[in-house]
Amino acid sequence: MKNPIPHPGPHAHAGNTVRRTMVLVMPALLPATVYGVLLFGWPALYLLLVTVASALVAEAVSLRIAGRPVMPFVTDGSALLTGWLLALTLPPWAPWWIGVAGAIIAIVPAKQVFGGIGQNPFNPAMVARVALLISFPLEMTTFVAPQPLWSGQGPGLLAALDVTFGSGGSLDAVSSATVLGHVKTELGRGVALDAAQAGTWGAGALALGGVAGSLGETSALLILAGGLFLLVRRVISWHIPVAMLATLALLAAVAHGLAPDRFAGAGHHLLAGATLLGAFFIATDLVTSPVTRRGQIIYGAGCGLLVFVIRTWAGYPEGMAFAVMLMNSMTPLIDHYLRPRIYGRDRRGEPLVVADAAGRASHD
Amino acid sequence: MKLFRIRGGVHPEERKEATAQRPIEAVPLPALLRIPLQQHIGAPAEPVVRMGERVLKGQLLANSQGMISAPVHAPTSGRIVRIGGYTAPHPSGLPVRTITLEPDGKDQWIGLEGVDDPFALEPEAISARVAAAGIVGMGGATFPAAVKLNLRRRYRLRLLVINGAECEPYLTCDDRLMQEQAAEVVDGIRIMAHALGVTRALVAIEDNKPRAQEAMRMACQGDPVVSVAGVPTRYPMGSEKHLVQALTGLETPARGLTADIGVVVHNAATAFAVHEAIRFGKPLLERVVTVSGGAVRTPRNLRTLLGTPVEHLLKLCGGTTAEPERLLSGGPMMGQVLPSVRVPVVKGCNGILALTPDEVRSERAMPCIRCASCVGACPCGLVPLEMAAYIRAGDLEGAARFGLADCIACGSCSYVCPSRIPLVQYFNHAKGEVAARERARVKQEETRRLAAQKSERLERMAQAKREALARRKAEMAARKQAEAEARA
Repeated sequence: MKNPIPHPGPHAHAGNTVRRTMVLVMPALLPATVYGVLLFGWPALYLLLVTVASALVAEAVSLRIAGRPVMPFVTDGSALLTGWLLALTLPPWAPWWIGVAGAIIAIVPAKQVFGGIGQNPFNPAMVARVALLISFPLEMTTFVAPQPLWSGQGPGLLAALDVTFGSGGSLDAVSSATVLGHVKTELGRGVALDAAQAGTWGAGALALGGVAGSLGETSALLILAGGLFLLVRRVISWHIPVAMLATLALLAAVAHGLAPDRFAGAGHHLLAGATLLGAFFIATDLVTSPVTRRGQIIYGAGCGLLVFVIRTWAGYPEGMAFAVMLMNSMTPLIDHYLRPRIYGRDRRGEPLVVADAAGRASHD
Repeated sequence: MKLFRIRGGVHPEERKEATAQRPIEAVPLPALLRIPLQQHIGAPAEPVVRMGERVLKGQLLANSQGMISAPVHAPTSGRIVRIGGYTAPHPSGLPVRTITLEPDGKDQWIGLEGVDDPFALEPEAISARVAAAGIVGMGGATFPAAVKLNLRRRYRLRLLVINGAECEPYLTCDDRLMQEQAAEVVDGIRIMAHALGVTRALVAIEDNKPRAQEAMRMACQGDPVVSVAGVPTRYPMGSEKHLVQALTGLETPARGLTADIGVVVHNAATAFAVHEAIRFGKPLLERVVTVSGGAVRTPRNLRTLLGTPVEHLLKLCGGTTAEPERLLSGGPMMGQVLPSVRVPVVKGCNGILALTPDEVRSERAMPCIRCASCVGACPCGLVPLEMAAYIRAGDLEGAARFGLADCIACGSCSYVCPSRIPLVQYFNHAKGEVAARERARVKQEETRRLAAQKSERLERMAQAKREALARRKAEMAARKQAEAEARA
């Protein structure tokens, strides 16, 4: 016998690993990512590669400095996924240093400083996105109109290098507002919703995704397909996305019903911006969301509520990152109050009292 | 029959096909039998035979000590060649007091006395015979069966549940026993129901054992007391409290027994042993053991004499194909690592598994990613990841607040953990630590009480001394005064 040392068991395992959990998310992200690169051209690909590579390097360096083993952790897929998700939320033509800075923020202060994988209270990619948005508002809100690779309009392989790594070229010629940004600006100027939306795209275009926006969040359908893949493979459960999307849709529908001129409807909220990416890929982050099903429903509903509030009344057109981070901060509280009921005990933890006549006979 | 949902649980790969079709086979006598004096929960038995003595099959070798204990008997006729420490079938590998019997090959029985009509016996007489036969819970818990048959004295009972769930992967010994000796098992169940004074007994068998269900249904057809209930194939369906919940919808209160809700649970193999003990007076000498696992050449179900070395069984199964990664007694979920192939089969051993590295799937532990798989899998409503975090931080009170004491160590959490965190190990360690602290606290209190008593006693003695001294002084003074007065 090779292993006579006491081993506590169980002596069998379902076979899942941390790496497998992370790696399964990647095929789900692939359709939206490939589409994003095709839609926005080579600069998008360069930005994605820069962000992912920076995340991996930042992870390796942090682990080395912390004196922890580098190999099993840097290859567990978590840093790669963080970099990938972050890239999907960036403007596709953002300069390289946005990607590098974002990846470093996501990995070092948002994750490794707390003790590495599993220890971070906030979603690292969202911390990075919020930090970038506040620090570099111009770069983070400069979106380009789609320049599909197949159309031949966008910069070529080499010219694109200049967009990502060089002076940035003349973006003015191609820059374009996102749907959420445009509607928000117009509504702010007192324009009625119908008129504000007149210049933007309809639900069909939003679903297919041929619109200006972040690298990976323009095609609602492809993101939804990835999300369904995650559900089917049981990487995530339905509780967070459904609670979040339902809450957002409900609030939008009610508000739109009350004041159709001032509030966009449910379809607009569900399809535009980072709603679906956030619901399936960001809010469902295992580390920073609650551990019980009931907790996840409350957490998801909170995300939906906050997205609606921020988009509608706060200064930013898009609220996903803020909403998720705010709910991240509620996770410990939710977990504290929504523990499962222990077998044989009531909700307060007291042993159950035998109700019927059976049980302990009297001692007379 | 209406069934009730239980929380959590997992569905491990069953791997029962290796032995499910293998009939129970007899085992030839080994060269030596090693009979540990502690094969049950409670106090070890005390030998009543001497070294060199010749014994007959079924003869009492060691008697039970105290309320919770069980005697052991000679599994065959032969000579006692040693009484002393021998490696126990326990992960520690520590020696326990063991009687070594050298079989003479004659397999000569001592006189047995059976009962023709057990239902005419008083319940006390049945449990006394079960106690004398050394029967313990054969599902692995090894709690002396007679103690559980006596529960009617303190509880109002109404249902006997027979655990034939056999939810651990690989194991098929109960499955085969129920298929091949259904009538005997049902007879044992009826005798136990009579002893418990209940009018209803349910045999719970997981749905992945249709043949056992069928055989048992046939055997208890028309029986007013016994009936069969198919339960979902879900680990840990064999957990007493969860099985009762699945069958009755009733939840056993924390820190309580199923008897608190009027139910007693016995294993199917225990029922068979009760049948043999009451009908024929046979003590518990043998049991069915599933020998399986990827490293075993020909997995089998073997009717094995207690005390038979594991080595002997493996040899009968064609030996191992490769060096097994792990050798277990019991199933892969809750079974224990055996320290050596030389340890004997004991009363609670339902399986010997020799597992390959691929079956064990051990991997280095990674940090918790809060995936909550453990929360979903826990059948007891615990939050294993939080409990483990508290234990790692040394905060046992924190872990206790999260229900450490309610953990049944079923291993479902570890089974699903993608980070391969040995959660069960954490909990067992913490439970041991809590128990040790409690013992230390009780001891300290006792010491303090004794110290207080002592100082009180010393104080009393000093007080008495002072009083005596004062009295003597007073007497002296009185005497002096008297003398002086007399002189005057």
